[in-house]
Amino acid sequence: VMARQDKADWITEMRRIRDHADEDAFVTLFDHFAPRVKAFLMRSGADAAMAEECAQEVMVTVWRKAAAFDPSRASVATWIFTIARNKKIDALRKQRRPEPEDLPWGPEAEPDQAEVVELQQESAHLGQAIADLPEKQRDLIEKAFYGELSHSEIAAETGLPLGTIKSRIRLALDRLRHAMERKQ
Amino acid sequence: MTTIRHHLTEDLILGYAAGTLPEAVNLAVATHVSLCDECRAAVEAHEAVGGSVIERCGTEDMSAGARESALAAIRGPAPEVPAAPTPDAVLPAPLLSYVGKGLSDVKWRSVGMGVKQAILPTSSEATARLLYIPAGVAMPDHSHNGIELTLVLKGAFEDEDGRFARGDIEIADDAVQHTPVADISEDCICLAVTDAPLRFKRLLPRLAQPFLKI
Ligand SMILES: [Zn+2]
Ligand SMILES: [Zn+2]
Repeated sequence: VMARQDKADWITEMRRIRDHADEDAFVTLFDHFAPRVKAFLMRSGADAAMAEECAQEVMVTVWRKAAAFDPSRASVATWIFTIARNKKIDALRKQRRPEPEDLPWGPEAEPDQAEVVELQQESAHLGQAIADLPEKQRDLIEKAFYGELSHSEIAAETGLPLGTIKSRIRLALDRLRHAMERKQ
Repeated sequence: MTTIRHHLTEDLILGYAAGTLPEAVNLAVATHVSLCDECRAAVEAHEAVGGSVIERCGTEDMSAGARESALAAIRGPAPEVPAAPTPDAVLPAPLLSYVGKGLSDVKWRSVGMGVKQAILPTSSEATARLLYIPAGVAMPDHSHNGIELTLVLKGAFEDEDGRFARGDIEIADDAVQHTPVADISEDCICLAVTDAPLRFKRLLPRLAQPFLKI
């Protein structure tokens, strides 16, 4: 079970899906990520039924877009986060999500292995840096991603004026940046 | 590509990565990121934080049949994916999906002084519109009730905060009062996003305001 938690393994599962339409690899990813995507969507304001349906659709999108996953630019968790975030905007807010123009490169290009390793290590360091943050700051970062932040609700909830919270987020992100620099 | 000097703020980058901004603001961010590698990297770094949030946010059990129905879905036919638009020299891909095939598809409406605008169909929390400002024309002197993002797509303009050319984004809020003037050499096309009606300083533009819908 522990080996399955290794980030490098998720990339192998993604390649199995892309190259061999491997359903066992899909099940492995589904069992790990679907319950997390569901939790993320419920925390973002979806009810259990909608979160479950969306989590399924997110994982189906992972299967269908497997060829577009680039491990030199994102970890599997990060890539799945972006799909879940877009699903949240689509299903909860009923809005389109304008995406940046793709970077121009050939569809066949296999990313450089050293770049893949570097990006995946950076992602792991970032995860650790977030885990090491003081709870209050970690909480603020997470709230920003659940869409609970930028509004007066947060100020009311914590009794802090919005400006203070914004500067705390900035502080938390600065700290993350420094933590990453130290580990490079 | 010219060097971009005016970038997104940290708030906009985080909000775009988290998916918490209004659609019209997302459109301005996605368009800037299409032209700016620096901000693209910043967005992707913030998305990596989102990846850690997904890993840390805990789990909610999926119901018994969930995995089976996902497997059934991946075995079924995939819906057709629309082809990526052909690149346009002025409008990056995110704008094309709101306009059509290119600049010639924009449905301009004249708003006076040679200025034209086209309001894009986004959600109502904020308004996105393309502005066409003839070379040398000054927009009315104004301040803002909310946030105003102005992203240059063609030509350039200058105001109290500096010069803005293709890819540059000006982020103005309540504290800013300005008079943007288009470069004399070339007509200027911008994407402007506002989340509240602008406050115009002089009487004439104020009268024009309901007509302009800004
Ligand atoms: Zn930029
Ligand atoms: Zn303005």
